[in-house]
Amino acid sequence: MAEAALPPPRRVHWQSLLKEAALAAGVALVLAVPLVGFETINVNAVLGLRTRFGWVAIGVAGVFAGRILLGAARSLMPERRYGAPRLLLGRRHTTLAATAAIIFALALPFLPFSSRYLVDLATTVLIYVMLGWGLNVVVGLAGLLDLGYVAFYAVGAYSFALFAQWFDLSFWEALPLAGLLAASFGIALGFPVLRLRGDYLAIVTLGFGEIVRLVLLNWVPVTNGPNGISNIPRPSFFGMPLTPHAPHGITTFSAFFHVPFNPGQRIGFLYYVVLALALVTNVFTLRLRRLPIGRAWEALREDEIACRALGINPTTIKLSAFAIGAMLGGFAGAFFATRQGFISPESFTFIESATILAIVVLGGSGSQLGVVLAAIVLVTLPEFGRGLAQYRMLLFGAAMIGIMIWRPRGLMARREPSLRLHPPRRGGG
Amino acid sequence: MAYFVQQLINGLTLGSIYGLIAIGYTMVYGIIGMINFAHGDIYMIGAFVSLITLLGLTAVGISGVPIALALTLVSAMLFTGAYGWAVERLAYRPLRRSFRLAPLISAIGMSIFLENYVQLLQGAQVKALQPIVRGGFTLMRSGGFTVEVSWLQVVILVLTVALMTVFSLFIAGTPLGRAQRACEQDMVMASLLGIDVDRTISTTFIIGAALAAVAGLMVTLYYGVIDFFIGFLAGIKAFTAAVLGGIGSLPGAMLGGLLIGLIEAFWSGYFSVEYKDVSVFVILVLVLIFRPTGLLGKPDVEKV
Repeated sequence: MAEAALPPPRRVHWQSLLKEAALAAGVALVLAVPLVGFETINVNAVLGLRTRFGWVAIGVAGVFAGRILLGAARSLMPERRYGAPRLLLGRRHTTLAATAAIIFALALPFLPFSSRYLVDLATTVLIYVMLGWGLNVVVGLAGLLDLGYVAFYAVGAYSFALFAQWFDLSFWEALPLAGLLAASFGIALGFPVLRLRGDYLAIVTLGFGEIVRLVLLNWVPVTNGPNGISNIPRPSFFGMPLTPHAPHGITTFSAFFHVPFNPGQRIGFLYYVVLALALVTNVFTLRLRRLPIGRAWEALREDEIACRALGINPTTIKLSAFAIGAMLGGFAGAFFATRQGFISPESFTFIESATILAIVVLGGSGSQLGVVLAAIVLVTLPEFGRGLAQYRMLLFGAAMIGIMIWRPRGLMARREPSLRLHPPRRGGG
Repeated sequence: MAYFVQQLINGLTLGSIYGLIAIGYTMVYGIIGMINFAHGDIYMIGAFVSLITLLGLTAVGISGVPIALALTLVSAMLFTGAYGWAVERLAYRPLRRSFRLAPLISAIGMSIFLENYVQLLQGAQVKALQPIVRGGFTLMRSGGFTVEVSWLQVVILVLTVALMTVFSLFIAGTPLGRAQRACEQDMVMASLLGIDVDRTISTTFIIGAALAAVAGLMVTLYYGVIDFFIGFLAGIKAFTAAVLGGIGSLPGAMLGGLLIGLIEAFWSGYFSVEYKDVSVFVILVLVLIFRPTGLLGKPDVEKV
């Protein structure tokens, strides 16, 4: 370490630190007393109270100790210098890590410790990775905060389910249609609202997401309302179903390959389908970023007025980002429907949108690998036990705030613009 | 006619509640230009603090309705105000100079956090409270339909009007109110003239939270059922009210709240209950597209 270059370590001012910690503990006490100190419980169908002052004491003591530790750490650490944002991984390492991740993903069902449960979990992770990459186009690249992304996921899922029901289309026939329908939905919704400023746009997209959900819930003749749609067909392997028996004239997968049928085959097949879809999504978005349109997205994110001055039409560019993001969401939705075999409006609530947004934000807006990491953390965390599952959303809320404060560019910083008119301001920006 | 009057009264009651929440959105937007997405959850916390205080007062033996309500009002405003202050201090103040969408994302995180915080501490099931303010009177009778007004509705309307008056006087006349308006117009200039901007913003959050707490108390009394998720929908509706009235404008927030309450009441009275939430979202989208400045707002000029 080049100690000479650093300023001398600063002292801890214990007195002011203690005062601050006492203040923080006092605030924590006020906050904790009503909601932590008392619990509302039902006693014989009448609401009563139970006290939990022990919890309050623990919480307040925790805040006091935490504040002291934080303050001491902050004053003992050398002052942080603000320069180029540090990346977790360099470019070469990123490529290496991505290759390793792909190889691992391809081999996963055949690894010795692998199980049906693990492959199933990996499938869920990959659905969220796809959704994260799709939303990344809108939020990370084009800089449009979309809080209703789940609407396109729902459109994809329902359009596939309905196509399968009405027209007897198979998964592979309906998949492009679902994507197309979601994209046209994206254009239809985006066209009127894309003139709006960033935060207004966020709220309007939230409204759209809720409208779509409420329509799915109440338009019973088409969507079957809260009961949802069941018996959605599974995908087939080049026309060969992955079932123990098939109707006359159709060969099953296991019969064709002369292997005994095993339900793990279907789970493994679904896993490879979503892996392929995710990889195609990844290549597609990475390619798009290098095209003029991708550059226009990023330019628009940085400075809309400058873009207009350069003759870029913001509406068209934003609309394309919205449509492509929606299409990717639609693909993920169609896969979700075929994998579950059953969909209902309950799968498409705002929490889902917030989860996908959390993946993008935690991963680092614009970073492909970061999205994968965030999706893995987010999806697998509740699997470590019921206790953790309870705290999952609590932790994610806290993590979203923490990331915005300490690493506003996400865990993996995105590509920085190569030229800047104004140098980045202190403390983020 | 009688049915219409009944819906009108129901709508005004509902609108008072939305209006009180909307003030919090509009004040925060006016002063730091961010949508405080967690404000709906602050209102939810207000409802829970009210519920717990009411239960606690009953347990202690204070059962006179006026005194219990007054104490609950004070406790809800105090504790929820503290939550409003803490939310700003922890989640928004460090981001004041960050990029534009950072506070909004942080606010979404805060909203998720608060919902789960209350769910973990108080349980996910719906909390039902016995009605405390009972009775009412018949306003009019026509065509076999009677218009009932409950005392509670009278209390809600009177309390709202009283709070709005006090609040308007506060903003217009006190040094804090002047500081608040000054920060709204030009934060840098205000700080040069010796106004403590940080403290003014904190006060704004405390006042907004306290008003939302009153709305929370009203909802607890009016519907008698609350859960940890009530803040989401009410928050969006109140935000719609703020936008409809013109975000940044205080009378606009109240007007917008009343309009949203009326629209919701008449929509469910005359069209369909299932789509009453859709009606609010559609209004939000339409207002933002065609009249982003709302009814009473000032046009927002973007400078390079």
